Amino acid sequence: MIIKQLSVFLENKSGRLKEVTEILEKSGINISALSVADTSDYGILRMVVSNPDLALKVLKENRFSVSLTDVICICIPNEIGALSKTLDILSKENISIDYVYAFSMGDKALAVLRTEDVKKGIDVLKDHNTEVLEAEEIYCI
Amino acid sequence: MIWNETIECMGREEMRELQSKRLSETVSRVYHNVPFYRKKMQSMGVYPEDIQSIDDLSKLPFTTKQDLRDNYPFGIFSVPMSEIVRVHASSGTTGKPTVVGYTRRDIAMWSEVVARALNCAGASRDDFIQIAYGYGLFTGGLGLHYGSEKLGATVIPISGGNTQKQVQLMADFKTTVLACTPSYALYLAEALEEAGMTADDISLRVGIFGAEPWTPSMRKEIENKLGIKAMDIYGLSEVMGPGVACDCEYQAGLHVNEDHFVPEIIDPNTLQPLPAGSEGELVFTTITKEGMPLLRYRTRDLTSLNYEKCECGRTLVRMNKCTGRSDDMLIIRGVNVFPSQIESVLLEMSETKPHYLLIVDRINNLDVLEVWVEVEDQFFSDKISMLEQLSKKIKHNIESTLGISVKIKLVEPKTIERTEGKAKRVIDNRKL
Repeated sequence: MIIKQLSVFLENKSGRLKEVTEILEKSGINISALSVADTSDYGILRMVVSNPDLALKVLKENRFSVSLTDVICICIPNEIGALSKTLDILSKENISIDYVYAFSMGDKALAVLRTEDVKKGIDVLKDHNTEVLEAEEIYCI
Repeated sequence: MIWNETIECMGREEMRELQSKRLSETVSRVYHNVPFYRKKMQSMGVYPEDIQSIDDLSKLPFTTKQDLRDNYPFGIFSVPMSEIVRVHASSGTTGKPTVVGYTRRDIAMWSEVVARALNCAGASRDDFIQIAYGYGLFTGGLGLHYGSEKLGATVIPISGGNTQKQVQLMADFKTTVLACTPSYALYLAEALEEAGMTADDISLRVGIFGAEPWTPSMRKEIENKLGIKAMDIYGLSEVMGPGVACDCEYQAGLHVNEDHFVPEIIDPNTLQPLPAGSEGELVFTTITKEGMPLLRYRTRDLTSLNYEKCECGRTLVRMNKCTGRSDDMLIIRGVNVFPSQIESVLLEMSETKPHYLLIVDRINNLDVLEVWVEVEDQFFSDKISMLEQLSKKIKHNIESTLGISVKIKLVEPKTIERTEGKAKRVIDNRKL
């Protein structure tokens, strides 16, 4: 259930994001989820992709600073209060969230979470009947 | 106004005779008192009797900053320590500091050359001189201080910093002469403006600015903003401190006090002396210093010399504004910075690799140093807070080594150009 997220260091220069997506395209890698956190000088691109190990390899070959990070992906109902309930579970167990990116469509909502202790996060969420996706499920959405 | 007309307006031939006499005395003194010079001269087969006149200068060995470091702290002193009444030193951030020692007579001579410089720049005993150079191991503050007292002016020994107080005293005491770095002068001009004052509210007439390179346009700006004449003063602690050379009212090159410091211009590559007027590296031989005389000290400053008589009446040779350095030293806000210092800070940190680039700019007349550091996989984190921490740590380590503030920019790996030969580590956009 631990998902390997790809994290890439990007300078704020036009065309850099496009280069990453092109490299992945050429290697036949699909992107399931993507978010960019930015500062004035640089950004961190975070992605869930179909083949994280291959993506790591090809991006490294292209001289990007890149790493794999363990994250959790949850699936919750697309309804008012659903996210609040989930976050409440984590906060009661004192599990803080480093970052999150999410999207909802239809009757489902997916959220990628990074917590300090990923394994504990997964256990706590599962204990409270939150749906935690398997890595294979999300790599190939 | 000419402080010492006999010397400052002396005929060229007479000056050469004076220099020749003093040079042979100095060579004899260092040969007998300083093992470093004795060995150097012996290895070249040069002996004191070979140095009869100033024309023999080129037979003598060079002295470099590294020689001073190798003989740290007092190895090049030429008198017993009991004769030394003061020491000054560089900050020593590139390794061992360079230490210089002065005898009582050296201090008197230094005061004389600074008094000449101040007089040359238009200051007199009727002036209030605010000395906003740092006092301490740095030669700027105390050098100007003793010279101003010798001149008979009223000294305000305020030292550097404390900008609001500087402005207040400048207005209250009716300071007429300001001595500091040119960039600090512009900073003071801004502070004056912030305090709601203009050049009309103060009594400044003349500025004595040195310790960092500055452009003619910067001179114009200082002159306009503060309503003064901005004069360039040159010196380096190894040779003496401030007062080695200074602008006169014509601002057409700095008059070198060559009865004490003999300048030469050499080709920094072949080390051969260049004919008068050519540009090259400035080299000084001190011919009156007792504490630490130096033979052919390589300043690394690039400039040229002009032996024509000046309109002010002085015959002292003039050095033109320095156009650069023959090494990679940068002067940022008056502080000497070597790229190697930053390299060693990065090497000491386990999180970084020493691939860096220094970008120097002058923004609003203040030097700004930006350090680009490559983010390597080993220390890349997916969390911005971690990268910010890293960048703060690099900033802190560099600042505590250099003593000036820097901006850190994290860049992608391999963005800094790799070259086969000497890596390009500095982009200086200041156009000096």
